[in-house]
Amino acid sequence: MTQYLAKRLAAILPTIFFVTVIIFTLQQLLPGDAATIMAGENQDPNVIAYLRQKLHLDEPIPVRYGYWIWGVLHGDLGESLRIQEPVLGLILQKLPVTLELAAMAMLIALVIGIPAGIVSATAKDSVWDYAANVVALWGLSTPNFWLGILMILLFSVQLGWLPASGYVSPFEDLQGNLAAMIMPAFVLGNAIAALLMRHTRSAMLQVLNADYVRTARAKGLDERTVVLKHALRNALTPIITLGALEFGTLLSGAVLTEQVFSIPGFGKLIVDAVFNRDYAVVQGVVLFTSTVYIVLNLLADLAYFLVNPRMRG
Amino acid sequence: MNRKFVMALGLALAASASMAQTLRIGLAEDPDVLDPSLARSFVGRIVFASLCDKLVDIDEKLNIVPQLATSWQWSADNKALTMKLRPGVTFHDGEKFDAAAVKYNIERHKTIAGSNRRGELLPVSSVDVVDDMTVRLNLSAPFSPLLTVLADRAGMMVSPKAAQANPTNFGAKPVCSGPFKFVERIAQDKITLERYANYWDKANIHFDKVTFQPVVDSTVRLANLKSGQLDFIERVAPSDVAAIKKEGKLGLARITELGYQGITINTGKSDLAQKNPLGRDPRVREAFELSLDRAGIVKVAMDGEAEPGNQWVSPGNAFYAKNVPIPKRDVARAKQLLKEAGVPNPSFTLMTGTTSDAQRLAQVVQAMAKDAGFDVKIQSTEFATSLNLADKGQFEAYVLAWSGRADPDGNLFSFHGCKQPLNYSGECRANWDELLNRSRATLDPKERIKIFATLAAEIEKERPIIYLYHRNWLWAFNKKLTGMRTVPDGLIRVQGLKM
Amino acid sequence: MSAVNSVRPEPVEGLLESRGTTPGRRAWRRLLRRRSAMLGLVIVIFFVLMAIFAPMVAPHDPVATSWSAVRSAPSAEYLFGTDEIGRDVLSRVIWGSRASLLAGLVSVCISMALGVPIGLVAGYVGGWADGLISRFTDAMLAVPFLILAIALAAFLGPSLTNAMIAIGVSATPVFIRLTRAQVLAVKVEDFVEAARAVGNPHWRIALRHILPNVLPPLIVQATLAIAAAVIAEASLSFLGLGQQPPAPSWGSMLNTAKNFVDQAPWMAIWPGLSIFLLVLSFNLLGDGLRDALDPRHR
Repeated sequence: MTQYLAKRLAAILPTIFFVTVIIFTLQQLLPGDAATIMAGENQDPNVIAYLRQKLHLDEPIPVRYGYWIWGVLHGDLGESLRIQEPVLGLILQKLPVTLELAAMAMLIALVIGIPAGIVSATAKDSVWDYAANVVALWGLSTPNFWLGILMILLFSVQLGWLPASGYVSPFEDLQGNLAAMIMPAFVLGNAIAALLMRHTRSAMLQVLNADYVRTARAKGLDERTVVLKHALRNALTPIITLGALEFGTLLSGAVLTEQVFSIPGFGKLIVDAVFNRDYAVVQGVVLFTSTVYIVLNLLADLAYFLVNPRMRG
Repeated sequence: MNRKFVMALGLALAASASMAQTLRIGLAEDPDVLDPSLARSFVGRIVFASLCDKLVDIDEKLNIVPQLATSWQWSADNKALTMKLRPGVTFHDGEKFDAAAVKYNIERHKTIAGSNRRGELLPVSSVDVVDDMTVRLNLSAPFSPLLTVLADRAGMMVSPKAAQANPTNFGAKPVCSGPFKFVERIAQDKITLERYANYWDKANIHFDKVTFQPVVDSTVRLANLKSGQLDFIERVAPSDVAAIKKEGKLGLARITELGYQGITINTGKSDLAQKNPLGRDPRVREAFELSLDRAGIVKVAMDGEAEPGNQWVSPGNAFYAKNVPIPKRDVARAKQLLKEAGVPNPSFTLMTGTTSDAQRLAQVVQAMAKDAGFDVKIQSTEFATSLNLADKGQFEAYVLAWSGRADPDGNLFSFHGCKQPLNYSGECRANWDELLNRSRATLDPKERIKIFATLAAEIEKERPIIYLYHRNWLWAFNKKLTGMRTVPDGLIRVQGLKM
Repeated sequence: MSAVNSVRPEPVEGLLESRGTTPGRRAWRRLLRRRSAMLGLVIVIFFVLMAIFAPMVAPHDPVATSWSAVRSAPSAEYLFGTDEIGRDVLSRVIWGSRASLLAGLVSVCISMALGVPIGLVAGYVGGWADGLISRFTDAMLAVPFLILAIALAAFLGPSLTNAMIAIGVSATPVFIRLTRAQVLAVKVEDFVEAARAVGNPHWRIALRHILPNVLPPLIVQATLAIAAAVIAEASLSFLGLGQQPPAPSWGSMLNTAKNFVDQAPWMAIWPGLSIFLLVLSFNLLGDGLRDALDPRHR
């Protein structure tokens, strides 16, 4: 077990290294240098020269990479050039927002996806199967920015039930916070629901054909008990561990959802930073989220490892 | 419970309810750094209007009016401006506002690393403290746009004590002397300001708090206003105006901007200018302009929410050159010109931004120019990239707007002066520079109008920029809001606003 | 990736069916029986035909503007109404199917063309090559897909082609990983051992013996990836990085239409519905294929 853990931990380091290389080169190679756009409307040549020097833009990319990595290893993720705030501070500021959005989206995804997957697996090829499929899939089949705008127009403008956008901290106003987050969480969770439905269906179908399930049926237990007590319990492990891996998909979806709903989380931060060539922000945030994703992956693998005695051998 | 007690309680509650009024403003973008010396975006100026007072301000008619300075006098040779300051003004940290503070601020604007005001205050060579409430700005040469420059960020005054205490990161906690003081900022979420009790004009301030929230999508921004989450939004989409007017549930205000929307043509920035007939031959440029129907463009691309124009100032501006009126569409003449130039079907690439407004404009231009034989290829380019390409001259034509300055010089000098930073067309003429410098050196408006008339005729002949129209600033707000002032610089002035 | 015991019982009907048919034919029959997948297939074919025959089917020129008919409601002449500069929405929807289908198909082709060979090498060769490829793939997967696509599209420049390349490259790691996993599973099968014993060179074993057996899950993933790619194109258009005007694509039409939802809802309904139907169909088809091709899902 510890040997497995050590091997996995060792594998993480080159992965993180590659992440830094990927995101750094992608940013620095973007056409249009940061100095020009940060110089704003006036385009004062003095300001441009000052920014070029500050960002080491006249030095080759590997040198710039070196400056950045050196800072990262010392805990300094740089500073947002646009608003002159430290990147680490921005990350910590927006982390709770994105976490809350992700958690609520995950919850909604589980609430929709797992029952849909169970129904689809147990009532295979029947009308319920198709219905469950469509319910879960429709979230994956609409661009989330579009769904978001439609929901805003319906629930905020027409019905006035929910706020159109913005965010308020749950410690300040819990009801307001939930009201503001429910739509974006739903839009985000919808897409994940489809993926969870597939995983659940897959896992349930395998489990339902297994020996111990046939034994349970042979014992005379009713189908409901078989499904919920025996099958689901065993199918749940792969479902939930796979669910943790959808964190990456969650973040991807959050990018546009936050833009539409003006939720000040990571997604919005990154998109604006890419277009403003605010390199440090994109690099820092992506490095952070990627590391979290990699760690989650590791935890999921460990969970598999612990659950399945055969892999331990 | 005693009836009097209940009444008193009710009154107290009512009073406190009316006292705790917050004005919630929706912005189209997240502002950049809140330091007047370093700031570079239009939207940041909206926040500054509530946060930082300036030496002078402009009014609806573009007259200079007092703010932190109460009166001013030019010296006989126009090389020194003496300003008398308003007494009894304090900064948000309690420090006194005086001539020494003005001197500190002007020098800070000129010297701090990365300052965007340095170029604006170039003609100011030194600042003298005449006495506690009088300051004199010495110029290296007469500079008529100076007062309008001081009506913008270059005239904003920050507390010297706070600036000195926070030399590298002042923008994170700005301390100014405006009606509201800084409370907190959560990037891309909210900027919160609260009423400054010792504001010199506090009688005119009727809110306790102002919050600014960036909501990028105009549909969502309007939805926020309609659902009551915001009280005021800027830059309403032109296509929403008709519906807002019809519903009648919201207030609407508009005014034509100080800036313009136009197409900049590479006539000399790089060798691409010579390779393309549009950049090479002024007749082709004239044909292109004649193929466009400005009124039609405004109707289709801006839903009528703009004023057609052909100069760097709008036709309603006092400095508009009446000798160069807006040409009417004339496809026949355009075709004739192209024949004369020997290129009946010229083709060029029009570099456009990726916003839907820019794309609409480009498509309309493409369709109109096609009638005269032009083959316009739309090249959508991300803003940051387009700035770089324009700077290097790697473009043929470029759809570019300018937010505008109160003085026409702000719309002219950087664009048509030889080798100036915003001169993307690359047109460099000694007599234009001479005219531009003369217009800056004389303070007499009549003299300047004559100079601009000459310049307009010249620029119209060469057409390095084809000015298309001047957009309307559009604001929508809660119907209960009164006291809205429509100033062409597009800013929201809180003095006098009441709900 | 199952951590659960899986035994495959053979139902009696299956035994009768399986006599005298190939696995491919059996899979096809299973697919035919699944009605939602069939519906998906029919809709996909409908859109493909629409894309191919667009010039003949569209009533108007999709880029022809009309200043007098700006944002006019559906009428006899303009069945779906007109857009913000007077172009016929129906014609743009019909022609737009080309862009959206291309976005889906070409992106996935790029992903597979890059991902399958690399995954094959990683799985078959193993060793340090596998280690390097796997770590790099993990890194790419760790960066959120849309961020990668946005950065690539911004790097290449806004256009449909560049959006397809950006989406294709961003989706490659999924195919690398899938191919590699399948290759690892198939590599140890008896028939591969046999082929090696007979003396086949490695490249022939990889291409002739391993690859065909690895294909079924790849086909499933490809179908689902097409669905995701169409959505990705719409998302990139929202940010101004997809198909550029005046050429139509459903994603960019939706992006423009969102500003006019109140005044001209028809501008948004038809492209939105089209995206929804196309993507849903690919999803249903993909799920059906997975059922049909996976022998465990009986």
